Amino acid sequence: MPAKSLEAHVRQQPRVAIVDLEGEIDSFAEDALNAAYAEAESRDSHVILLNFSKVDYINSTGIALIVGLLARARKSKRRLLACGLSDHYVEIFQITRLVDFMSVFPDETSALADGSKPIS
Amino acid sequence: MQTVMELVLMATPLQRLRLTRTGRTRYESQMIQMQSADRAHQLMPAPIDIVPNDPIVAYFLSAPGAVEVDKLYLDSPALQALKAAGVKIAVPLVSQGELVGLLNLGPRLSEQDYSTDDRGLLNTLATQSAPAVRVAQLVRDQQTQARANERIQHELRVAQLIQKTLLPKDLPALPGWQVNAYYQAARQVGGDFYDFIYFDDGRLGLVIGDVTDKGVPAALLMATTRSVLRAIAQRLVAPGQVLERVNEVLYPDIPPKMFVTCLYALLDPDSGQLQFANAGHDLPYHRHTTGEVTELRATGMPLGLMPGMHYEEKQVWLAPGEIILFHSDGIVEAHNEHREMFGFPRLMRLVGEHEDGKTLKEFVLDDLAAFTGADWEQEDDITMVTLQRSEGYGVTEVASRSTTRSNEADGNNGNDWRTLAEFTLASEPGNERQALARVAEAVRVLNLPTKRLEQLKTAVAEATMNAMEHGNHYQPEKPVSIKVLASHKALSVRVTDHGGTRTLSAQPDIEAPDLEAKLAELQTPRGWGLFLIKNMVDEMHISNDASHHTVELIVYLEGESHASEKS
Repeated sequence: MPAKSLEAHVRQQPRVAIVDLEGEIDSFAEDALNAAYAEAESRDSHVILLNFSKVDYINSTGIALIVGLLARARKSKRRLLACGLSDHYVEIFQITRLVDFMSVFPDETSALADGSKPIS
Repeated sequence: MQTVMELVLMATPLQRLRLTRTGRTRYESQMIQMQSADRAHQLMPAPIDIVPNDPIVAYFLSAPGAVEVDKLYLDSPALQALKAAGVKIAVPLVSQGELVGLLNLGPRLSEQDYSTDDRGLLNTLATQSAPAVRVAQLVRDQQTQARANERIQHELRVAQLIQKTLLPKDLPALPGWQVNAYYQAARQVGGDFYDFIYFDDGRLGLVIGDVTDKGVPAALLMATTRSVLRAIAQRLVAPGQVLERVNEVLYPDIPPKMFVTCLYALLDPDSGQLQFANAGHDLPYHRHTTGEVTELRATGMPLGLMPGMHYEEKQVWLAPGEIILFHSDGIVEAHNEHREMFGFPRLMRLVGEHEDGKTLKEFVLDDLAAFTGADWEQEDDITMVTLQRSEGYGVTEVASRSTTRSNEADGNNGNDWRTLAEFTLASEPGNERQALARVAEAVRVLNLPTKRLEQLKTAVAEATMNAMEHGNHYQPEKPVSIKVLASHKALSVRVTDHGGTRTLSAQPDIEAPDLEAKLAELQTPRGWGLFLIKNMVDEMHISNDASHHTVELIVYLEGESHASEKS
């Protein structure tokens, strides 16, 4: 297994910092994911969108990492969104109730449409 | 065996001397004492043993006729004894070069010396009577032997009858389990026994034991032990306590130098749990899903040796496909023509090598026959009891449905599980990806819907991660074994690690993690593995023993799937 299985890059859109994820979200992904999230936070966006469209594997450690990000976002009063999850991982986000705390969108466009709205 | 020759020459009281021959046969000669009855009665010293290497034996064999004892000087304890007993003349009775007796004569009543005529008469008598004495001895030997044989045969029949009456006539019929038993008495029936005890709640007690000694005494003690154990097992249940109590009851009545080795196990057919305690019996062998064979070890003294004994109680869980062999020492202590012993390692190896086709019992017996050769006379009783959890058990409903189908399809002992893949992985972070890839490849033939396949992959990955992390602590030399099986109705993936000491119930009640607490950072964000697995498959079963831990994932192949409904 490669030591680094996740690539994460931040793209800034109006009001939304997008974290493009590519690869696998497991224990090897921790550093890359946290670093990208920290970078997104630094853009001073109130909305951070995790783009999972190029993620092919998330395991329970990955879920724990996402839970960690969600906790950080809640602490700093940011909205965390997700898009591009496969049907299987949407199901997992439902089972784990992550969907109760982060909005999940089928694609980037729908996520941006929602995330760009001013916070009510 | 003692043969008595009575040779009456005259109506005079007799003093008996014993002559010991070569250690094989002992017989007595008689001294005819030519004295008054009254005096003779006063002369009744203890019988004298003549040991085979006493020089007097060689002397008598070479002596030409009657020997004057007083004139004989030999360093012979028997001669001293003859002299002390007042013997004056000893006439050897020799037949075919063997000393078969002595005519011993005391002093003549007339107090005169024995004349030449007397001695001539005695010699003639000895020559003529020796063959007759020998024949009489042989006849007596034979009669005694025949009586002894008859008594032994009768005892054997009684012992066999007791054994036959008390061994179970039927095998337990437990859905999802196969129980087999074998008992073959040695010619001299040993004290082996086995028993099944049925409980109202569905549990099954298994007993295997061996009484020291053979024949009727062993059979009687076996019968007693069986009855006592049956009575106490119904009352106390826990195997350790049962053996403790049985020992207390047996101890006062058990004859000295006799004892009983006995293993008592209690099976819960639903969970696969087997509790057991052992009173010094040979350790059963447990073959795991990984193919590894371990001993079921619990300490305890044989029954009836000492009061106040404590019996360690252990438990294992049998995963589907796993088997336990209970056995007695008749197998491992069998010898071949080179006097080599069959031994425990060979039996243990057989349990590991056994494959489907023959029963384990047949497999062991065939190997034993090959080892001992055709002319082997069985040295001791041979007893085996095997307990196997059927493949696919744990999915009670599925198992029973597939039983019907498999009988029609291939008649393979009531189940139709076939192995799709079996492999091991080193416990290294990230290797769960290999597990899911290989399982996905193995189940491709089943054409699972995408959703079900993805669910299975996640469940396999999570189970493998748990096995590598919690079972094997990421020690690469400890592999995770994965077996993929399919029946017509269901798919089973078994993930086994080396962390058998973890205590988990077979049907874990896994609650949903508290996400709010995790988000509030009151709990670790981790801890999703088992919860995910449970929601990805239709059934999950966990079993473990002293050294292994197995998680079995079941996915139904047709009908309603509760995993898919959850989402």
